[in-house]
Amino acid sequence: MTTPQDVREEIVSTVRRFVEREVMPVASELEHRNEYPHALVKRLKELGLFGATIPQEYGGLDLDVTTYAMVVEELCKGWMSLSGVLNTHLMLAFMLKTHGSDEQKRRYLPGMASGEHHGALCLTEPHAGSDVQRIRTTAVRRGDDYILNGSKMFITNARSATLYAIAAKTDNKIDPPYKGISMFVGEKGPGLSVGRDLEKLGYKGIETCEVHMEDYRVPLTNLLGGKEGQGFFHVMSGLEVGRINIAARAVGVASAAFHQAIRYAQQRETFGKPIAEHQAIQLKLADMATKIEAARLLTYAAADKKDRGERCDVEAGMAKLFSSETCLEVATEAMRILGGYGYTNEFPVERYYRDAPLMIIGEGTNEIQRLVIAKQLLQRHKI
Amino acid sequence: MKILVTVKRVPDPNASIKVKPDGTGIITDNLKYVVNPFDEIAIEEALRLKEKSGGAEVVLVSVGSKTAQEQLRTGLAMGADRAILVVAEQELDSLAVARIFHKLVQDEKADLVLLGKQAIDDDANQTGQMLAALLGWPQATFASKTDSLESEAEKSGTPGIQISGGAAKVVREVDGGLETLELPVPAVITVDLRLNVPRYASLPGIMKARKKELKELAIDSLGVDVKPKLKILRLDPPPKRQAGRKVGSVQELVQALHNEAKVI
Ligand SMILES: Cc1cc2nc3c(=O)[nH]c(=O)nc-3n(C[C@H](O)[C@H](O)[C@H](O)COP(=O)(O)OP(=O)(O)OC[C@H]3O[C@@H](n4cnc5c(N)ncnc54)[C@H](O)[C@@H]3O)c2cc1C
Repeated sequence: MTTPQDVREEIVSTVRRFVEREVMPVASELEHRNEYPHALVKRLKELGLFGATIPQEYGGLDLDVTTYAMVVEELCKGWMSLSGVLNTHLMLAFMLKTHGSDEQKRRYLPGMASGEHHGALCLTEPHAGSDVQRIRTTAVRRGDDYILNGSKMFITNARSATLYAIAAKTDNKIDPPYKGISMFVGEKGPGLSVGRDLEKLGYKGIETCEVHMEDYRVPLTNLLGGKEGQGFFHVMSGLEVGRINIAARAVGVASAAFHQAIRYAQQRETFGKPIAEHQAIQLKLADMATKIEAARLLTYAAADKKDRGERCDVEAGMAKLFSSETCLEVATEAMRILGGYGYTNEFPVERYYRDAPLMIIGEGTNEIQRLVIAKQLLQRHKI
Repeated sequence: MKILVTVKRVPDPNASIKVKPDGTGIITDNLKYVVNPFDEIAIEEALRLKEKSGGAEVVLVSVGSKTAQEQLRTGLAMGADRAILVVAEQELDSLAVARIFHKLVQDEKADLVLLGKQAIDDDANQTGQMLAALLGWPQATFASKTDSLESEAEKSGTPGIQISGGAAKVVREVDGGLETLELPVPAVITVDLRLNVPRYASLPGIMKARKKELKELAIDSLGVDVKPKLKILRLDPPPKRQAGRKVGSVQELVQALHNEAKVI
């Protein structure tokens, strides 16, 4: 379903207003204290954002991917961590709505839409990031349950979550190994414990942790889609939306950095005039804005393709790759324009500069991104 | 109870407004439009009165171009029940707008009309007063309240205007203080800035607003005299702000404020 244009505009402008009034004034302070934004998360729930992409029949808004990307962009203009609160939650919801049984959807989606349930995504392990099929967490069937054992790494929202999508091996011998991966939707409970919080360069305020499973029981009815061996396929199916989401984040952070830079450039004077009148600064501003616009259009184009029901893995990959590299570049340029002040805590540019690198790594590193794009291109253009 | 609330489409107060070189108007390219902030406060108050009384209907009315639909939809998304747009592409003065509202109030048999004390585009501050005169109803202008906007009462959504036993109690903002009035309902009330902090539309509210009634009426169909009585001759931008002055000490500052600016 596509979101009608007027509804899309109204939703995006409402989120923008929320960000300008309630997020921007407090974001840097919370971030510097590495404090979980409880009050803002409550507001995200009140606004209905926990149900952003969940179907209306389960109490969500059923926004299309384009509108969702625009919402993510707006949130990230204020503070990237807020979109992180929603991201893994909505990835879990996406897997449930796409692959879950009717009973699983009825059981979990309404609570996820209202924010009673908060989702986390547990794929990465200490020794397996890009190479998902090498995960070691096991799930062994015993009676009406699966017993899960293993450790996960880099799990965002691990502590605040009540619901976990967990990739685990139900078959260790099968070749190729990815066919042995299954996806479980587990509720917080005995056997699942959240380990230490990782100290991060940026993306603060929101927790990224280790998750340990020791004889953690998940009922048979919580095997996603009710079929073993589908986990890898479930992960892959979410990648397009996941990459569009990261691209939108990068566009948001880059826009915020640019906005700060172009304002500052008109206020700061050197050698008798505002630095915006020095040609060297103008060249930077023009390049920054041009790249951001290109990144935004790539992101919207991929989202539009997804909304039309077409395959968009190459487009989503290109959007993620270009937007995240642009964001890193623009954040650095913004810091140059702000000079010494850019390096201090007094302006949010230092925060954008620390948040930007996550996008070149998360949701498939940009190296992996290039490989995937090239592989697909070679298939499309096979002679 | 039926509450009519007026909604005007105005340029975003945060936008920087540029006057056309010939002074006939403002440059509207790339200009963003919003609900007049005072009208937004009026909508919020109407919704609070509705929530407290349990039975009221909140009807939004606007006069203007078809694009004012956007602002009405925003009000509907906040929670109003339905909306009426009187479509007029021509410029209208305050009296013409007041006459249109007069007709709508009669047709709708409204019990209470809430308006912003003024619209932030032309700052006329007279539509509410004119409407009260046309209707022959009592009016209270600049509605405010004694509780602060940080108070618990405000946070819990308590209305500042109290209605009971066929009378409205209104706290007004007057020079240097507050005045409390009681007036019989039906009445016209215009609202000031410190009456409440308007909610914004929740996203589910925005989805629901699409299904609410938004009726359009052609201005000619109302049989109201809208001939302008007022002509805008020209607009001029405000003079450029003068550079400030640095003073050497607090003492010098106090002297300057006292002797030159004469503010203390
Ligand atoms: C803040 C943060 C939050 C995260 N949140 C989550 C979460 O909620 N859930 C979750 O499951 N994961 C999460 N992750 C994990 C993230 O998805 C992984 O870090 C990412 O997939 C990369 O994996 P890795 O760190 O193991 O790097 P590796 O896979 O070890 O890669 C190391 C380097 O080798 C390169 N490389 C790897 N393979 C190839 C190849 N074939 N060819 C060329 N180069 C290659 C990579 O590009 C990279 O440069 C998070 C990570 C961070 C930093």
